[in-house]
Amino acid sequence: MTEKITAEDVQKVANLARLDLPEEQISTYSAQLEKIITYVAQLEEIDTTGVPPTTRAVEVTNVSREDQVLSSPVREELLSLAPERQEDFFRVPKILSD
Amino acid sequence: MAIAELRQQLIRGEVSAREVTQDQLDRIAAVDSTLHAFLDVTAERALADAERIDKARMAGEELPPLAGVPLGIKDNLCTKGIRTTCSSKMLENFVPPYESTVTNRLWKAGAVLLGKTNLDEFAMGSSTETSAFGPTSNPWDITRVPGGSSGGSAAAVASGECIAAMGSDTGGSIRQPASFCGVVGLKPTYGRVSRWGLVAFASSLDQIGPFTSCVADAAELMNVIAGHDSNDSTSLTAPVPDYCEKLREPLAGVRIGLIKECFQQEGLNSEVKESVLAAADSLRSLGAELIEVGCPRFNDGIATYYVIAPSEASANLARYDGVKYGFRSEGAESLLSMTSRSRAEGFGSEVQRRILIGTYALSAGYVDAYYKKAQQVRTLIRRDFDSAFEQVDVLLTPTSPTTAFQTGAHLDDPLAMYLADLLTIPANLAGLPAISLPCGFDSAGLPIGLQLISNVLDESRLLQVAYQYEQTANVMANKPDGKFIP
Repeated sequence: MTEKITAEDVQKVANLARLDLPEEQISTYSAQLEKIITYVAQLEEIDTTGVPPTTRAVEVTNVSREDQVLSSPVREELLSLAPERQEDFFRVPKILSD
Repeated sequence: MAIAELRQQLIRGEVSAREVTQDQLDRIAAVDSTLHAFLDVTAERALADAERIDKARMAGEELPPLAGVPLGIKDNLCTKGIRTTCSSKMLENFVPPYESTVTNRLWKAGAVLLGKTNLDEFAMGSSTETSAFGPTSNPWDITRVPGGSSGGSAAAVASGECIAAMGSDTGGSIRQPASFCGVVGLKPTYGRVSRWGLVAFASSLDQIGPFTSCVADAAELMNVIAGHDSNDSTSLTAPVPDYCEKLREPLAGVRIGLIKECFQQEGLNSEVKESVLAAADSLRSLGAELIEVGCPRFNDGIATYYVIAPSEASANLARYDGVKYGFRSEGAESLLSMTSRSRAEGFGSEVQRRILIGTYALSAGYVDAYYKKAQQVRTLIRRDFDSAFEQVDVLLTPTSPTTAFQTGAHLDDPLAMYLADLLTIPANLAGLPAISLPCGFDSAGLPIGLQLISNVLDESRLLQVAYQYEQTANVMANKPDGKFIP
């Protein structure tokens, strides 16, 4: 069975994933994703009734610790990594449209 | 030279750390323009670190366990003040303001950083061809891939550019390149080694481990890097044994399971199969008992992995938004467009493909059909291993169905590339420790890898079986005069 993946499907997923892709790239990915999703869809045939999902391979129960306030020693270094910085802020293009 | 031997020579003053480091830098200068195993070589720092070790020795101080051991570090482990790129344009100029726990432990133990090694972009790939900075070549035949994603680390150890290297393994990224390059590669139990400072790919699968030229060196490195870390709440609190302690124990009574499904693979190369079965035979002659075991869901590992790993990756890589660090596309007029363009231009196609698969699998209407289903099959795969380990101590399989393939062989067919990880993925899904070590060569003179898998936290057993085999088989003593890089 082939899982049909259209260019529209991939465009929708690309928008969700914040990837602004050119049209020809979308069409390449559509064909590849169709093949990959068809392959992984073979999982459907496995009976998993009543089987609990595994989220962690090696179970670790909730790990708690004292809530402590620590100061970050690297504030200036972190800010200096910004593509565009203004004083102590990360500068970005406008957030709201006109 | 093995780490224990180097330590003795340093203590006796027969060699200086500076000489050892300089030798490695010379080797890198001689071969790395051909191999491209390293993205950055930190020569100045390496020599300064080595000189510090020599001064300490001359002052009569006790040397730490890895004194003067020159290492390559996969470039997805953060090194403070040293560029850490993940082989991506997205992080081309990223200089971490902090050090990963693993590298921090290594430097404290006296190891010397030679440089950062190449990888598939964000560790996504099986050939090191998806690196934004160009591929690495296999030292055994430079027209072939070194495997991946930790291909730079594997090639660097194989070609003698460094004594050992660190890599990360999400679906086979340490073991498969170790197999392709004829070196030892160990993926520890999930949580045995802290992931703090490892750039995240798939957080429930990622684990850091060593590449070495012999099994004893892997044990030496594990002694330094294993253990709990409060910065990684998934790191395990179980006490860390001395991994060198059990190596020399004989194998009498050890039960080794051959996973039936692995040897029935259609794509399994006959020379690989023969060599791995011969290795099993020599383990039997050492006193181990061979038992055939079934893991009926083993072959569903790839389908399971290619839902879970991309899903986790799509979430982990959401952080690259062009705001705080990393690549930013110029000239966008809104925040949304700046982020979407930065990600389109900053990520290569394999990374984008996996983000798309993961986003698709997690999107409304599909999450139960794909993500939850894959997590349930993951449970079934774990249960197969659980019942296998009721019968045996260690499982044995080939590491990869083939030896190193030609550069470019799978580039147009991502699914074919994914299938190369068939035999390594299940150990990641179940969190089990696994090691690859050389067991022979094919008729083209390329190394073949043997994979051993043990139960959770049983690395000592794994290393013991691997060591005993290595000492008997002496595979590298019979290496073919092929096209190995001189």
